Amino acid sequence: MQLLEFQAKELFREYGINLLGSISSTNIEEGRKHAKELGYPFVIKIQVPVGGRGKAGGIQKCQNDDEFELKYPQVMDLEIKGEKARAILLEKMADIKKELYLSIFLNRSKRCYTIIASAEGGVEIESVKSQIIKEIGLGDVSDEVAKEVAKEMGLEGITADGVVDTLKKLSKLTIEKEAELVEINPLAIMQDDTIVALDGKFVTDDNANFRHDELQKYQEKTEIEEQAEKSGFSLVELDGDIAVVGNGAGLVMSTLDMLSDNGGKPACFLDVGGGATTESVYEALTLISKLDRVKGILVNLYGGIVKTTVVAEAFLKAYENNLIDLPVFSRLKGTESEKAKEMLKDSRTNIFDSVEEAINAAVMGTK
Amino acid sequence: MTDIFALLKGKPEDSDYNKKGVIVQGITGAYGSIHTKQMIAYGTNVIAGVTPGKGGQKFEDTVPIYNSMQEAVDATSAKISIIFVPAKFFLSAAKDALNSGIKLLVAIPEHVPIRDTMEALDLAKQKGAVIIGPNTPGIMIPELIKIGIMPPMPFKAGKIAVLSKSGTLLYEISDALTNAGFGQSITIGIGGDPVNGTRLIDAFEMIKDISDLEGVVIVGEIGGDSEEMLAQRIIDLGFKKPAVAYIAGRAAPKEKRMGHAGAIVMGTYGSAESKVSMFNKANIPVAKRPAEVPVLLAGKMENRLE
Repeated sequence: MQLLEFQAKELFREYGINLLGSISSTNIEEGRKHAKELGYPFVIKIQVPVGGRGKAGGIQKCQNDDEFELKYPQVMDLEIKGEKARAILLEKMADIKKELYLSIFLNRSKRCYTIIASAEGGVEIESVKSQIIKEIGLGDVSDEVAKEVAKEMGLEGITADGVVDTLKKLSKLTIEKEAELVEINPLAIMQDDTIVALDGKFVTDDNANFRHDELQKYQEKTEIEEQAEKSGFSLVELDGDIAVVGNGAGLVMSTLDMLSDNGGKPACFLDVGGGATTESVYEALTLISKLDRVKGILVNLYGGIVKTTVVAEAFLKAYENNLIDLPVFSRLKGTESEKAKEMLKDSRTNIFDSVEEAINAAVMGTK
Repeated sequence: MTDIFALLKGKPEDSDYNKKGVIVQGITGAYGSIHTKQMIAYGTNVIAGVTPGKGGQKFEDTVPIYNSMQEAVDATSAKISIIFVPAKFFLSAAKDALNSGIKLLVAIPEHVPIRDTMEALDLAKQKGAVIIGPNTPGIMIPELIKIGIMPPMPFKAGKIAVLSKSGTLLYEISDALTNAGFGQSITIGIGGDPVNGTRLIDAFEMIKDISDLEGVVIVGEIGGDSEEMLAQRIIDLGFKKPAVAYIAGRAAPKEKRMGHAGAIVMGTYGSAESKVSMFNKANIPVAKRPAEVPVLLAGKMENRLE
């Protein structure tokens, strides 16, 4: 999961990384109290799990009560890349000299953790110039490596010490919390040459969740996503109107791509897992019945070891129980598909031989 | 360099040529037992199983079960194992296997923490062993040996190597290839995790020198940059045999994990555009749909003959 800025900063604080004073809130009443505690001037920062907040107007300076009353609701109502505000962070204004970039991330193709640092931060990583890159195995950063990084960034004195200290703390955080990415951008040099983390990004390895109860409070899931997880499915809600169900992440992604190529808009990505059973498909249909924008269901199952008749049974059961009254466009491949077709002949499920045909029918049938 | 065929088939002078023994870790579990039966039915020589506490019993009255990998390896001299244990027990099962002399480890479990995979990989490196997976459907030489969970129907012996991050897309695309008359010499499941024991580039190294190889199909998906790395390798090597790719996830939103732990675009890292453009640079056509793969492959082969 990807933490919000204020959540990442909670972890930074716990690990002793320098921060400015800040308080998060979810409504303006709370916000007013925090404004008093913090004192002007401060910055109002929207908390969303995507980048590009500044450009979208999600970060606003605030000098007094009048500005606060005007800007807090404005920022709160923003939607950035489809994401609504989860909270608002008020943070003291910083008097900074220079912005740096610092991160530790899992380099997947090299299969090791990697430090990326730059003396020119504050822009998105893709635009960060003169990147200093150091591979660090399982994530441990020695004094020596940290000092090298600070030196290559052209830093000296207490600023260099500050970067060394921050980098070592980031390393500890990465290892102990099993992060895929920890990023401070910008890491600011203040007027007094000390350094402070102005922003924070933190992505955890979800597969290690079972070892990290302490991170569970940051888990953000819709009710449907939570149910999907309980059933062992992967579900990602999307904003279209055709629900896409299949077995295997690759196959469902591929179906999503083809649907989009044909002008369809997916309402969700639902992977019931490599195998498919009557129960799992029934459960998937139950979840979809709870998504209200759905106009049709596109099913793409590669039966493999599973018999397609087992899947057909799930549909029949769903109709019998009045679980769904939506049209279903389905491609069932695998053993006993002829028998499955026969079973579903007079039902609401339209079966097609190829996924292309099923997609075309789904797009036409939901217009 | 790993000679994967020597591991999977052996040499003609070996007494167990073409029937190398495979040990199943977690053989009595629900998932492990279903797929052990399927592997045996396919012709794989499942020689032993391991389930702690069940040593001395027999699986399906034929395959002896041992309490530990050391016992199983001592008794069978097998060099291959396949792991079916739950993700949180993967690391200890993998260590058990690697410390007992296993040289090819096929890791089926999904949801293994990255750190555990990296630790297992470190050990594999020290021991000169190869890990396929985790979160892989497995590896197979069609009509000879299947070490994994793939259904048998899509595959046919032939001369095309298929390397795939996704399981079901491997079946889907192999099926399309088979129907178009392209059998497969080997199929290797990379797995959908962020860190792979055998990356696309490693799998490519395993197959690129097969003497009668007629083509390579690469099935990638969003996330990471192993497709880009492979494309670069193919350019650097001047590899001339027909190669075709497919990339899943073009329509996926950024910053969302699409089912596989590894299928996530962060910023531009891992995007489909980046992968497609690298394959284009390497002169490898990228299919828009799985069904298009054999069509593009046939096109590549024709061009080559001209």
